[in-house]
Amino acid sequence: MPPGRKVTTMDTDSRKVFFFTGEKKVIPSIGKKREKGKIVASLEEAFRLADVRDGMTISFHHHLRDGDLVVNMALDVLAKMGIRDLVLAPSALFPVHERLLRHVRSGVIRSIEGSVNGPVGRAASEGLFSSPVILRSHGGRVRAMQAGELRVDVAVLAAPAADAMGNLSGISGPSACGSLGYAFTDAQYADRVIAVTDNLVSYPAVPFSIPQTLVDWVVPVESIGVPEKIVSGTLRVTRDPLRLIIAEHVAKVVEESGLFTDGFSMQAGAGGISLAASAFIRERMKAAGIRGSFISGGITGQSVEMLEEGLFESLLDVQSFDLEAVASLASNRGHAEMSASFYANTASKGCAVDMLDVAVLGATQVDMDFNVNVNTESDGVLLHGIGGHMDTAAGAAMTVIVTPLFRGRMPMIVDSVLTVTTPGETVDVVVTERGVAVNPRRKDLLENLRGKGIPLMEIGDLKKTAEEFTGIPKTPSFGDNVIGIVEYRDGTIIDTIRQRI
Amino acid sequence: MLLERTGVAGSLESCDALVMVILSPDREGVEIELESPSIASFGEEMKRAVMETLESLDVQHGYVKVQDRGSLDCTLRARTETAARRALAVPDGEKVEE
Amino acid sequence: MKAKRLRRTSLYIPGTNPGMLANASVYGADSIILDLEDGVPVPEKDAARILVRNALKSVPYRGAEVTVRVNALSTPFGRDDFREIIPLAPDAIRLPKCESADDVREADALMTEIELNSGVEAGTVGIIAITESARGGRNLSEIAAASPRVIALNYGAEDYTADIGAVRTKEGRELDDIRAKVIVAARIAGVQALDSVFGDVNDMEGLYAEALRVRLLGFDGKSVIHPRQIPVVHRAFTPSEQEIGFARRVMAAFREASSRGAGVIALDGRMIDAPVVARAEKILALAEAAGCLPGER
Repeated sequence: MPPGRKVTTMDTDSRKVFFFTGEKKVIPSIGKKREKGKIVASLEEAFRLADVRDGMTISFHHHLRDGDLVVNMALDVLAKMGIRDLVLAPSALFPVHERLLRHVRSGVIRSIEGSVNGPVGRAASEGLFSSPVILRSHGGRVRAMQAGELRVDVAVLAAPAADAMGNLSGISGPSACGSLGYAFTDAQYADRVIAVTDNLVSYPAVPFSIPQTLVDWVVPVESIGVPEKIVSGTLRVTRDPLRLIIAEHVAKVVEESGLFTDGFSMQAGAGGISLAASAFIRERMKAAGIRGSFISGGITGQSVEMLEEGLFESLLDVQSFDLEAVASLASNRGHAEMSASFYANTASKGCAVDMLDVAVLGATQVDMDFNVNVNTESDGVLLHGIGGHMDTAAGAAMTVIVTPLFRGRMPMIVDSVLTVTTPGETVDVVVTERGVAVNPRRKDLLENLRGKGIPLMEIGDLKKTAEEFTGIPKTPSFGDNVIGIVEYRDGTIIDTIRQRI
Repeated sequence: MLLERTGVAGSLESCDALVMVILSPDREGVEIELESPSIASFGEEMKRAVMETLESLDVQHGYVKVQDRGSLDCTLRARTETAARRALAVPDGEKVEE
Repeated sequence: MKAKRLRRTSLYIPGTNPGMLANASVYGADSIILDLEDGVPVPEKDAARILVRNALKSVPYRGAEVTVRVNALSTPFGRDDFREIIPLAPDAIRLPKCESADDVREADALMTEIELNSGVEAGTVGIIAITESARGGRNLSEIAAASPRVIALNYGAEDYTADIGAVRTKEGRELDDIRAKVIVAARIAGVQALDSVFGDVNDMEGLYAEALRVRLLGFDGKSVIHPRQIPVVHRAFTPSEQEIGFARRVMAAFREASSRGAGVIALDGRMIDAPVVARAEKILALAEAAGCLPGER
């Protein structure tokens, strides 16, 4: 017996709870299966059971993307219940969530931690919130939860499939979304977890992404999402000739980087240029007979095809973008779901981004020090969350930023970005249609890329070229009021965003 | 009531601008209404481009409405010049009678 | 020397599209054609003219040759096109509907007048003559010789076949005759021969086959209407290893003979004439552009 440990004998009441000691046997399994398990009739009831109070922190995941109905549904219920001063902690927001602004104006939501988007961001830039929005990357959000800095009282998890005991899955149901990677970490760290589903399945829901051991209540509803806005049909590569030129340069850079060998790993977004770059890299892998180790991040039909072609051993899926990806997650052995923590949390025991060879990422602006802005547009308005940008850039052996040299009349290469989201020390190459700039810190990369027919240019010359077309923009004016804080993945503040005037 | 002549050029396609020039001898100088996604960064340059273009055609009185969709300076000047020339080309007989 | 520069691809850019005018030189075409003619509907001729003029003034087109396809002087638009465009001194204009030497001379004279009035050295702007009729086809030699400004001959496949009463086919045999005429006339005058467009932008195999065929016939390049056609045509205009190998040996023999002051160049026991040397130079130039010559990139 370990010293200092207090031992008590079991009393009769305890015996009655745990053992059969009376006339009637209370058999837990029958009780739970034949009654409702954790099912409650409504979100309102679940919130009451969770003892939701003013000032609490409520979290949501974003796997249903712009097809999500649950965030708005939950906030409307909370508003009706008279709850106020909530801290909203979404992993990301989409245009469909514009409605939450009414709850901000009415005082139901006091502040937002994690991410904003479009109209919500614009409202923040206009000074709507009384306290600054805290922007965190996917990995940084988990770190904050793990460190107790972001204490989530209630996590509301939209679940495309759920059983009565709260096993949750994303691969089946009318609102199937594939991976539930972000939802998993919310389930782990929140005090109370409410699952909302439009697809109740019989117990147990195998295979499940989130185990019942983490879930408190299950709320069945009519619909949790709009399918065609959750997952598109297979995403098509861009046909825009300019973007294809950029993608071609990316493929060339990857090919000559010194990283293009067996075991190669990469992550690219689902945007037009990134998809095209992946397509070109795919062709080059076939030509060179290269077998890659993994594709990570957001998984698309194209990634699935590369897995099935044998070009990659596995897909590490934190978010599934289209129907092909969802189907593959359900059936391909090499297609693995990973949580947000596994993906990018620097405070975990090891995250996927640290194993990456190449990352292809976007930007709203890039500056002379290779700092990247993804949060504010050139006019200084906060319009985007961070996503996994700063995480992936920090981990990848070669981080490639893709952008047209200018969009409309706005140059994408500037003296100083309006907001530093991803620091230049983690950014290696900037690829535009007219030139490719390599971070001078990367002498090794420069050596590899020289003399290979890649239009290498100094970043300063790229900026000058952009300005030859656009002219030099006036820097937007900001007031003193800080409306946004950009938190780096380690919890330190890397930049602030001020109110636009 | 003096007569106005209108010319329109351009489009609302990306990288273009839709420019309407109304020549009104009545007006004091030239008034420019500008709608643009780049207005915070380039608003002054854009207005100057319109003014200079009209000056080069000796247009002193009028109203210009610009609906910009991310046009470069050379495009905005081209659209303004074409709209103004079209307005100037409206023959006397077709002027709108009040 | 202007006549000798590479024109493997000439990309048409509609003069009505500001976005495309800004990005015209991004796609890697050797020559770009800012189009005021058939790509522009009549009500927009005035607008396109000013857009193109301003683009010539302000857009930094690097690397590519910049040409403008103006409207013929026989149209209501031609004269205004010349007046606005020539002062900006593009590398060349592409002159449609060339039927005879007179058409070229008329353009030449107007261009000289405008150049001098704008402070541009007379003769700066070249002419790429486009033939579109049976008559023009027959007068190619005089068209080519009509002015030192003429740097290349081109033909308009659609209008030409319509004029001779032929039907356009995929295989293009109806163009055999005009192609032959253009090549011969171009060679005699010492200018380039440029082939017409391949209209099906989705058929890359067909494009490659046609581009290769016309290269082997002697054409120096081909017009394209979509950026994605450019790499395909460049591939067709990339000489094979054998061609490059042979060309190198020809040049070596040529240099060797020159250094000896010998009047006769011999290779593999046979005499090599000047045209063979010229063709070898051209092959090596194409190879260099395609990046085939090591150390040349």
